[in-house]
Amino acid sequence: MEKITTFRQLYYACKENKKSIYETALDNEALNGENSEYTVRLQAKKSLDAMKEAIKSGLVSTEPSFSGISGDECYKLQTSKAESILGKTAQKIMIYALATSEQNLRMGRIVACPTAGSCGIVPSVLIAYAEDYGIKEDGQINALITAGETGRIISNKMPLSGAVGGCQAECGAASAMAAAALTQMRGGDVKQIINSAALALKNVLGLTCDPVCGLVEIPCIKRNPFMALHALTASELAMAGIISKIPADEVVDAMEQTGKLMSPLLKESSQGGLAKTKTAMALEKNILK
Amino acid sequence: MRQSSITDIISPIMAGPSSSHTAGAVRLGLLAGNVYNAKPEKVIFKLYNSYALTGKGHGTDKGLLAGVLGFAVDDERIKNVFDTPEAKKIKYEFNFLEDFNRHPNAVDFHFEGDLNMTVSGNSIGAGEIIIDKINNFSVNLDGKYNSLILVYHDEPGVISKVTGMIQLDKVNIASMNCDRSGKGKEASMCICLDGEVSKSCLEALNSLEHLYIVRYIKKLEI
Ligand code: SF4
Repeated sequence: MEKITTFRQLYYACKENKKSIYETALDNEALNGENSEYTVRLQAKKSLDAMKEAIKSGLVSTEPSFSGISGDECYKLQTSKAESILGKTAQKIMIYALATSEQNLRMGRIVACPTAGSCGIVPSVLIAYAEDYGIKEDGQINALITAGETGRIISNKMPLSGAVGGCQAECGAASAMAAAALTQMRGGDVKQIINSAALALKNVLGLTCDPVCGLVEIPCIKRNPFMALHALTASELAMAGIISKIPADEVVDAMEQTGKLMSPLLKESSQGGLAKTKTAMALEKNILK
Repeated sequence: MRQSSITDIISPIMAGPSSSHTAGAVRLGLLAGNVYNAKPEKVIFKLYNSYALTGKGHGTDKGLLAGVLGFAVDDERIKNVFDTPEAKKIKYEFNFLEDFNRHPNAVDFHFEGDLNMTVSGNSIGAGEIIIDKINNFSVNLDGKYNSLILVYHDEPGVISKVTGMIQLDKVNIASMNCDRSGKGKEASMCICLDGEVSKSCLEALNSLEHLYIVRYIKKLEI
């Protein structure tokens, strides 16, 4: 077996061996004796446990972030008086995403999945769905491995970093990973899982990284619940048999190209976009003293 | 480009909020502390550019100190490191500077104690780091390899003696970086290894003539 580097190869490897994505991914990791199934499953279990801990701590905290600009948004959402138009699970996902992101800004313990700024997206979707739909730990680990494989294939083309590819490469990639994990847990087949990732990714192309004051805070915290729900749309479409007319690998190519075309001012340098707004500049004066 | 693994994508478990400005800072501190390899009386941290500018909001100062004190990347004490008993045992000071000849996320550690030493490094993204200077010698330490750092009096034959001893342990040398302040003056070697050298090899290295400093620096766990 050759090392898998594209979604196309992943699809055919699964089809040929009649295996799921996580099984194929585990075989692939173990090639050349690199990463045994045991190692990968152990890391997935450790990360999953840490994700759950971060959510638990985030749910009950209102401690402000360093900058003092955030920290109470998860609490506000949990105690909202407005009647939600989302279902119970979707609501929970948003809450978990905020809980994790706010924990990150408090220097709490989180899992960079794939990055610290996007740390709330995969866990919120995975864990809230698993809780509400009775997915056991083993199934959660399989879903996290599916997410990891999705991120790995994207990262073969471009580094998952805002400085290189903008936020499409961080929160965008996380959303594609979450979509794949969710579609896996919902019993989607290989094609549906890959399509859900492609659909999610396709819809975030061009997303800039323009953090205010250079902190992983605005817009990052709230982008997490947004991108988590974005993954639900992708999974919902894919489960209905809707496919991405542009295949997953080509979407990744487009993302890489878009990242290159994007001005450096919009790639984590805080020199443009939201970071250069009047309010952001005023905050900068107050915070970065 | 290096192929990543699933485990890279779904980790590290770390204290937030930024892989380069927090986790990278802890790792730099850990590695610099291992290079110094003693209890310092005082550490002066010089943070440059983006590390100086947005470092405070990301806890870069806390991360650097926590690393020097040996805390792991996911240690929740990082947040309150200034209040820990470990931190109270040493003196430290932070300087926030601008120098555009340096990397955007650059830091110098000035260790003071029985031995004074300056260690410099950069956080190069996604938690990856590089230590590129020890005192005035350029090195190349990224925490991914077990490494040997040697400072010695520049004499013909020292390099071959050292590599010969490593050879006895059947350990492959992944990369080697040599530098010197001038002919016949102080010189340095930074050797990254694919395996582990034995205790006896280290003892033999330590007893070599002309060697001032010998450090065996284990690769970082995360
Ligand atoms: S906006 Fe930039 S810093 Fe914030 S999450 Fe996105 S990529 Fe990370």
